[in-house]
Amino acid sequence: MNRTPSAIRRCGAGLAILMLAAFFSAGAFAEPSPGALPNPAQEARARALQKEFRCVVCQGESLDESRAPLAADLRKLIRARIVAGESDEQIKQFLVSRYGDFILMKPPLQPDTYVLWFGPVLVLVVGAGVVVLVIGRARRRARQSPLWSEDHQ
Amino acid sequence: MTGEIGQLALTLALALSFVMAGAGLAGARENAVTARGVAGSAALGMLVFVLLAFAALTYAAITSDFSIVNIANNSSTLKPLIYKITGVWGNHEGSMLLWMLVLALYTAAIAVFQRGSGRLTSAALGVQGLLAIAFLLFILFTSNPFLRIDPPPFQGAGLNPLLQDPGLALHPPLLYVGYVGLSASFAYAAAALITREADAGWARAARPFMLFAWLSLTLGITLGSWWAYYELGWGGFWFWDPVENASLMPWLVATALLHSALATERTGAFRTWTLLLAIAAFSLSLIGTFLVRSGVLTSVHAFANDPERGMFILLMLVLAIGGALALFAWRAPSLEGGAAFEPVSRESALLVNNVLLTAAAATVFLGTLYPLVLDALTGTKISVGPPYFAATFAPIAVALLVALPFGPRLGWRRGDGVGAVKSLLPAFGIALFAVLLVLVFAARHVAAAVLAFGLAAWVIAASALDLARRVGPWRGDLWAAVARLRFVPASAFAVALAHAGLGVTLMGIAGTTLWRAETLSLLAPGESVQVGPYKLTFDGARRVTGPNYFATRADVTVGRGGASLAVMHPEHRMFPTEQQETFETSIRTTGFSDLYMALGDDRGGGRFILRAYYNPLAPFIWFGGGIMALGGLASLWGRIRARVPVPHGQAAAAE
Repeated sequence: MNRTPSAIRRCGAGLAILMLAAFFSAGAFAEPSPGALPNPAQEARARALQKEFRCVVCQGESLDESRAPLAADLRKLIRARIVAGESDEQIKQFLVSRYGDFILMKPPLQPDTYVLWFGPVLVLVVGAGVVVLVIGRARRRARQSPLWSEDHQ
Repeated sequence: MTGEIGQLALTLALALSFVMAGAGLAGARENAVTARGVAGSAALGMLVFVLLAFAALTYAAITSDFSIVNIANNSSTLKPLIYKITGVWGNHEGSMLLWMLVLALYTAAIAVFQRGSGRLTSAALGVQGLLAIAFLLFILFTSNPFLRIDPPPFQGAGLNPLLQDPGLALHPPLLYVGYVGLSASFAYAAAALITREADAGWARAARPFMLFAWLSLTLGITLGSWWAYYELGWGGFWFWDPVENASLMPWLVATALLHSALATERTGAFRTWTLLLAIAAFSLSLIGTFLVRSGVLTSVHAFANDPERGMFILLMLVLAIGGALALFAWRAPSLEGGAAFEPVSRESALLVNNVLLTAAAATVFLGTLYPLVLDALTGTKISVGPPYFAATFAPIAVALLVALPFGPRLGWRRGDGVGAVKSLLPAFGIALFAVLLVLVFAARHVAAAVLAFGLAAWVIAASALDLARRVGPWRGDLWAAVARLRFVPASAFAVALAHAGLGVTLMGIAGTTLWRAETLSLLAPGESVQVGPYKLTFDGARRVTGPNYFATRADVTVGRGGASLAVMHPEHRMFPTEQQETFETSIRTTGFSDLYMALGDDRGGGRFILRAYYNPLAPFIWFGGGIMALGGLASLWGRIRARVPVPHGQAAAAE
């Protein structure tokens, strides 16, 4: 009951204060996107990265869509590191070392997530097996039934 | 008085549910005609008392009777009347009462529509009675909406402003009609196992309920997604939030069930599998309830986090699912099984459909529950977000859509594979044309767009051609062909609409995810910003006062190519009673795209943050959901109109 509203309240303050304090103190206006990096390629990288990380204090929102102050901080941090010349992988490693795998929207493939990642594959393989088995049996039954030979002539 | 009337009504409903369970199950024996009559009457009586309890709570809400804890905690005199009413189910206790009301309605519907239909229906009523006992006990002992408070407060705490919205008036009731509707097919499946009448009869009796549940669930999910889109204010429509997933899982399994039950009904194929799906679909509804109500998840949907309730629901879950599965394990092996069909046939197509839908549901299940299980077992916290579902759910959906058009073109038992492929060539051509259009016009994300729009065109064209084939507009007079649509069976419309709706939704999802344009700007009055094809000019913001909130309302002039089109008013609302803020988005839709605005913070000096999105094809997401539901309605309509009693057993042997 109190999750989203309070998140929004936090966010409302967060997004504006932190991002604008950092990037708008010079008094620019009508900038296409407050806090955006001037280099479009770098900004695109930042946007793509933001979507891969979770806002760790929110419920299932990514850094990209969260209004929480922490998310705004991390968006700023990602941009600072991109400008500093770090690779996506380095930034990812930094965030994981700080917040754990929990921050990754896409869980890493490792022994404790094998069930998660291979589960769907297993279901499909078993399903395919069942399809073959059931169709095979149904076919044999169809061939044995008198109806089949009758209208197959 | 109101609270006491409600309490008494619930208690009497509980007594009647015991009568119904006992009499219904007793009526499952041969010749127990009297018991069957008692079960039917008890079902109607239970509806009356649950309705009375619900009316009592609604009356208390309208009259702001704060001596009732539930009303004091969730309502206020300042709330507009409509939200006093919808607020009845905007909290845990009230929503459980709504759930119970829907269960009582379905039970009464079974009793009325299937009157005198014998052992099967009687046993189904018995099972519904058991479910009603469990839910009424749950409500009375852990979630009583009629508890009093002394002394009553002067003012209530109000309702979460996010929930004060017309979307809330319809979203939960529709979802519940879907969830609880699956209890009817569950009850019939259990009844089939109890009475050992597991031939086509139960599937036929349960089908109208199945269809109604499915179409309500479809509409409920569509509406929920739309509500999240316009209310939460960041332009997304689906977040793979566990609570959303909790409604998607029963939908996927119910979709599989609808298809599988079709085969069971027509040719007696997949009997045991259909029974299992009916059990699974309702079990997933219960699991969804457990997830949302127990506090395992916290979200805007989770009104109450109370471990005692969680334990009760868990117990109910174990009894209902465990009981049904035990019954299944006991009786299913003795069922005569085994249909006869060729590898190229409708049955095979339905089998593929079922495997893919089940795998899709399993993916959502794993993605939703695995993090909880891992956390509980090892303390390791992981997140499962959209990238996981993009990697696992999406490929399965693609496979499903590729295969989908073949199904309706294959005959039962033995289909004409070559003929199906030939008849699909025009659809394939249209899909190629769509791909070509994307290649020519799309500027971004071309590969994904080619796949999505190719598939959407493939599915929609195949559905349209399927209807066209039946009326033959190429045989001269077009109007005569349109007139011939009257003779097309409702079931053909159902298939075409439901499948085409999926394609339409896919177009919406692809258009808005791949080609969205967005800006986040700080604007002083008079400044402009461009988003998509639109030029937005901020004319300033002013204070307005609503019935129970204060708002800052912006005026934004929308222009395109020099002409101004409209003035939009995104708002930022403050609810003093609840001490909460909401962002009221403003959306201008052309039917093909949305211009979406949310007003952010006041930065002083008349300057405001404005988020704006241009979402191409976004409305198609919900149009598609509506079209799918229309398909369900067409099928239901066909059933109701043609209530021709098909002889038990091998109806399809004649084909």
